[in-house]
Amino acid sequence: MGLKFRILPWHVVLAKTLIHLICLSWALLVYYQATTDQLGGDPVEAVLHFTGIGAFNLLLISLCISPLAKLFRQAQFMSFRRLLGLYAFFYGFLHLGSFLLFELQLEWRLLLSEIIERPYITVGMAAWLILLAMTITSTKALQRKMGSHWQTLHNGIYLAAPLVALHYIWSVKSNILEPSLYILFVAVLLSLRKDKLLRALRRSQRSVRHRREHSG
Amino acid sequence: MLIKIARPGDCRENEVTDEDIFLNRRQLLKQMGFVGAGALLANSPGAAAINLFGDDNEKRFQTRDLEYTPGSESAEVLTPKAKVISHNNFYEFGTDKRDPKENAQEFKVNPWQVRIDGLVEEPMTLGYDDLFTRFELQERIYRLRCVEAWSMVIPWIGFELKSLLQQVKPLSSAKYVAFETLYDPEQMPGQRNPFVGGGIDYPYVEGLRLDEAMHSLTLLSVGLYGKTLPPQNGAPIRLVVPWKYGFKSIKSIVRIRLVESSPPTTWNLLAPNEYGFYANVNPQVDHPRWSQARERRITKGGLLSNNRIDTQLFNGYDEVASLYQGMDLRRQY
Repeated sequence: MGLKFRILPWHVVLAKTLIHLICLSWALLVYYQATTDQLGGDPVEAVLHFTGIGAFNLLLISLCISPLAKLFRQAQFMSFRRLLGLYAFFYGFLHLGSFLLFELQLEWRLLLSEIIERPYITVGMAAWLILLAMTITSTKALQRKMGSHWQTLHNGIYLAAPLVALHYIWSVKSNILEPSLYILFVAVLLSLRKDKLLRALRRSQRSVRHRREHSG
Repeated sequence: MLIKIARPGDCRENEVTDEDIFLNRRQLLKQMGFVGAGALLANSPGAAAINLFGDDNEKRFQTRDLEYTPGSESAEVLTPKAKVISHNNFYEFGTDKRDPKENAQEFKVNPWQVRIDGLVEEPMTLGYDDLFTRFELQERIYRLRCVEAWSMVIPWIGFELKSLLQQVKPLSSAKYVAFETLYDPEQMPGQRNPFVGGGIDYPYVEGLRLDEAMHSLTLLSVGLYGKTLPPQNGAPIRLVVPWKYGFKSIKSIVRIRLVESSPPTTWNLLAPNEYGFYANVNPQVDHPRWSQARERRITKGGLLSNNRIDTQLFNGYDEVASLYQGMDLRRQY
């Protein structure tokens, strides 16, 4: 299905400006309300939920980009992917930062024991580190420099997405409807990339076998 | 019966924003010239969806003043009323903390009936008016520690469960007390729709050992902050057991039954490895998924108020320790 509509450069600029505006102003608004105690009984919880769900939403939107680009045959869509991915990490950064600052109130020892002892925090942290690595290597220059390793690293998103979903469903007390819907959505997004994922998996198995055979 | 009326000069609740000021704060802000960014943001759709106060003119459940014996002064800072009545776990009205206030304003509490029966000599039914007239009402300022690791300090009004139990005269075979919340799917969206109610099997049930129920700290509450309970806090009558996690303090009670063996309790049925029958506040015994060593005390102030404190064994109510002598609190959590 091709769109008749042609995406012009100024459309891209406009859309990117909108993404910046929405992502930044929404976060600003919520932190403003939280600091001025206008965000419900427990502003800490509210901020953690907002940034967590925000990061997950952005991550999922960024994962929709390439299927949509293919569907509508609009290569320009791809130019939004990095920006949305970076904002996903930005919200994830706010999420962990708020947890550290406002929930743990900078008790570093507690952070360490929480990461080790609480499985839902362990998987959340693992996803966060994957997104961090992707964010650091997101520049064009590093992409060129890293060659094929860059793609391997950025395939990490297909691990990070289910980890985030697990983090979410593991953290709720009993109301699993919403996290279940998110898990379903992640499954759909990953299934669209079934072939790619299987190829990557076979490649990595081959290289492991290769290494083993040559290490004897 | 001695009824003392709280003196208007009492300053026990001095940490609280006066209700009139609270309701007119926007006006006040404008008068002080703080329009601009704040007002613009407050009117955006995003802000409306997450705004604690919502529309100030929305139709609200009407509470009324109570006559009661004032409690002793508390050294602790009270949780402001605005937060006590807007941050609630009452899954019958939705699982988000803001849902109960949103969805419970049309809840009907009058007429109401609480049936007290089971292993008792004289079963009894209390009607709505009985809740406020049959027992001497007193104020109790208690800490409330939620199993989710946040806490509040709330001035409850009510009477000791003990005084009710003494009237129905438990038989010697009675060892436990079972409580039940109203089951009314028409009024409670969470009971109608499992997606709203968090997948809990309703009605909500709770239980105490008889000696816990007879302890003088154990309160049946019919009000808070000088007025009858709002529905989101469990109107018209709820249990308050301050040394146990909040989920033990069952809301909107319609039945109290004395029984021989340990009664089923809702959260224990849902996740037995995470929530026990006793549910005593204990910093040494973590929830399987999070630490119980510390808690976030909800008082005034936003994100930046440094309000993390150590959790105390039995929520600081050491006088109940003798109830659990010889028990392994790690195993019987």
